[in-house]
Amino acid sequence: MSEDILRMRGITKRFPGVLALSGVDMRVKRATIHALVGENGAGKSTLMKVLSGVYAHGDFEGEIEFEGRPARFRNIRDSESAGVVIIHQELALVGELSIAENIFLGNEQKSGGFISWAKTNTEASRLMKQVGLQDNPQTLVEKIGVGKQQLVEIAKALSKNVKLLILDEPTAALNDTDSENLLDLLRALRDEGVTCIIISHKLGEVLSVADSITVLRDGQTIETLATEADGVTQDRLIKSMVGRDLEHLYPPHEPTIGEVFFEVKDWTVHHPDQRERVIVNNAEINVARGEIVGLAGLMGAGRTEFAMSVFGRSWGSDISGTVTLDGKRLRIRSVPEAIEAGLAYATEDRKHYGLHLDYDLRENFTLPGLSKLSKYGVVDQHGINAVSERLRTEFGVKAPSVYSLAGNLSGGNQQKIVLGKWVFTEPELLILDEPTRGIDVGAKYEIYELIHKLVDQGKGVLMISSELPELLGMCDRIYAMSAGHITGQVDRANATQEELMRLMTLETASGGEELRQ
Amino acid sequence: MSTVQTKSRPSLISGLRNFNLRAYGMIIALALIMLLFQVLSVVVQNQDFITPLNLTNVILQNSYILILAIGMMLVIVNGHIDLSVGSVLAFCGAVSAIALSDWGLPWYLAVLVAVAVGALIGVWQGFWIAYVRIPAFIVTLAGMLIFRGLTIMVLDAETLGTSGTYNQLASGYQLFGYDLKLLTLVVGIAGAVLYAFFEARSRSRQLKAGIAGSSQLAWIAKVVVVVAVIAGAAFVFYSHKGLPIIGWILLALVLLYSFIANRTVFGRHVYAGGGNEKAALLSGVKTKQTTFWVFVNMGALAGLAGVIVTARLQSAAPGAGEMFELHAIASSFIGGASVTGGVGTIIGAVIGGLVMGVMNQGMSILSVGQDMQSVILGLVVLAAVLFDVWNKKRSSGGGLPLVGTTSGGSGEAKRKKDAEKAPAKASAE
Repeated sequence: MSEDILRMRGITKRFPGVLALSGVDMRVKRATIHALVGENGAGKSTLMKVLSGVYAHGDFEGEIEFEGRPARFRNIRDSESAGVVIIHQELALVGELSIAENIFLGNEQKSGGFISWAKTNTEASRLMKQVGLQDNPQTLVEKIGVGKQQLVEIAKALSKNVKLLILDEPTAALNDTDSENLLDLLRALRDEGVTCIIISHKLGEVLSVADSITVLRDGQTIETLATEADGVTQDRLIKSMVGRDLEHLYPPHEPTIGEVFFEVKDWTVHHPDQRERVIVNNAEINVARGEIVGLAGLMGAGRTEFAMSVFGRSWGSDISGTVTLDGKRLRIRSVPEAIEAGLAYATEDRKHYGLHLDYDLRENFTLPGLSKLSKYGVVDQHGINAVSERLRTEFGVKAPSVYSLAGNLSGGNQQKIVLGKWVFTEPELLILDEPTRGIDVGAKYEIYELIHKLVDQGKGVLMISSELPELLGMCDRIYAMSAGHITGQVDRANATQEELMRLMTLETASGGEELRQ
Repeated sequence: MSTVQTKSRPSLISGLRNFNLRAYGMIIALALIMLLFQVLSVVVQNQDFITPLNLTNVILQNSYILILAIGMMLVIVNGHIDLSVGSVLAFCGAVSAIALSDWGLPWYLAVLVAVAVGALIGVWQGFWIAYVRIPAFIVTLAGMLIFRGLTIMVLDAETLGTSGTYNQLASGYQLFGYDLKLLTLVVGIAGAVLYAFFEARSRSRQLKAGIAGSSQLAWIAKVVVVVAVIAGAAFVFYSHKGLPIIGWILLALVLLYSFIANRTVFGRHVYAGGGNEKAALLSGVKTKQTTFWVFVNMGALAGLAGVIVTARLQSAAPGAGEMFELHAIASSFIGGASVTGGVGTIIGAVIGGLVMGVMNQGMSILSVGQDMQSVILGLVVLAAVLFDVWNKKRSSGGGLPLVGTTSGGSGEAKRKKDAEKAPAKASAE
């Protein structure tokens, strides 16, 4: 048998009015981890949908050869029975069902026509052991974290005798520990003979795990590199992905930092359902005009909860503490009041919480600031159009017109809309929660430039990010948070990943107090 | 990753493709259905279907459904449902008949009482739905039983007659003794001219700002169709006895509510809350308050519809308005409401109601039995939603979204899912 498990030749896929893939070639060696990288819109997901039968054979041009034989998958069932399994970024699990039930969903373990629970659970245990999941197979999936859910998906794939496993952004929602576990699992699977194709934006991760890397740009294969033999570096990859040199990952910026104008003190937030649980504990932060302040923390540290509770108490219960802006104490009880007071919060989950995907740019841009475009409750239609067109240009949203639906745009462009809609409310303090999650390198750079533009106008930015290099690259000062406590702050000059990581993992009960001084 | 963003380059073809099939397709579908019945009744019964009398009757016989459909559209757009409107309508009609006949109030106060009672019922239901967050399906199912029971109670299970000016609301053609025939023609022509004028003004503004929403051809087609419909309708009603009073009421409601839906902050918030409640909340929309008022409004409109039903039957009956909620809901869906909320227009709901009304009328003329009529209307509702699903797929650029988009489910279910989804990081602990 040839050493290539997969050969794709001349794959061309058209959508009405757009050429998504144009003559893409890709070869994947058996029992390797192969990364597929490229900017958003480069065609990675489309290519994987072609491979996994989401687009049926005949809907595209070109040939696929799997295990030396031509593959003509008509649907996902076909591809799965051949051993090609795709795990999408948004996991296809049913929260209300158990781990075991999820693993065998659509492939129920039967004996005599009825489901055999004994068989289901023992088989599930075996698969779970293989992926390193130690939970009870009868645990409901909604009770386990995203990291473990990802493992359930892989166990599900293994139950289908997977030969080629495709993972679309598997670590996008995972913290560093969970990501590392997952990557180790992929290495172990490779050693057992399972081939993996991984789509990822995290280039460091790609370089550490992938044996070879294929770069796509604008629906075309740019090159395929052997990670070690070619001595691939991040810069090399980025250059190949964007087709130009990015001087640096972060645009140069001279901060002009003014007075401290925004302060949160003694901020304590309880869980909305389990009211005895303290999620944010006596947190204290401040932001100066023109300053970008970072907030680092592991998943579950309470960063998003902190931000949302400050932003009009949109999360949590029994919230106490004080917020002052320009020396004036703010008593904010709702989101409209927070907006009125000059706060803005751009959510980490733009698809669910940040945008109306079925609505066009105009609706999205003007929703929070609609009162500025209306008189006596009547909106100025022409004003909406004009403002939206201005924001579209100003924020460089690549959309055919302001009538384009937000859901049809790439992640980077969606994020620009989220920024635009908040900038239109003219906030004094803008809280950005994971502003570059899941968006490509080129768009990240543009987002960074937009953030710089904001602080240059004297606004303050509080930036939450799980990517430490991003915080180090962008922020003038970084707070670290651990288990609800602010465990310390470092300024730009002294900040290192190691120091931040130390603060982020600090045992808090006593540590928080000491370090605050 | 989206490859769709470069899809619609402005060109004639893409302009036509982006042409909003749903909105103007409805008008065309309505016209085709009328033509179909015209042909059928000429062939089968040897008589015309499209006559001023028949079309006036369609309005008279469906006016209350259309009023309900206007309110229902806002409810559905906001991501809810109201099963109680038939019972609420009956109760309000009964109360207003009592006010008129037993208490001897003048007709306008009897109308006001019905609308006020309806709004109060809306307050009751809206409170449970918006603030206590009990699903609208449950609250209004309870309301359907409660207000049916109360209707029978206040009427002592008997029919109560109404008389005088009150009854003219549903079927009269004269306002304070004045004939409305000529006015119908004048308003119709003026309306068509004004529509064309405002469209042209807004178009030229858009062109100046470089943000035209559709191609020139699609725009002209739209204006021509709408102007033809307005002028045609005016002429048809003029050739009978003029637009009946209820027609004027409906016209006012359609204009008022279209304005509210499209041009007011409240209206936009109704849509935003239904389209993505969580995102709306985080954008500063007072989603609870909006939902509350949507139900108050639904109640008030059900009260008004109750008056019209009572006036039309010249009596309030314990069984009035049964199944009306389903007709109103069907009108909304035929008229382009999305099952997941966030999408739908007032004019769509009215056209949806007219489609049902015209089919009823047409099938009656063709002597199609009630049984068959019900089957056919059911299929039409299904076909309309099917069309929506297809249309959505078409506009989303081919590929079936496999994961991440739900293909259906009620707004209720979607909202529940969103509400349960605490901030991602919190739930990941």
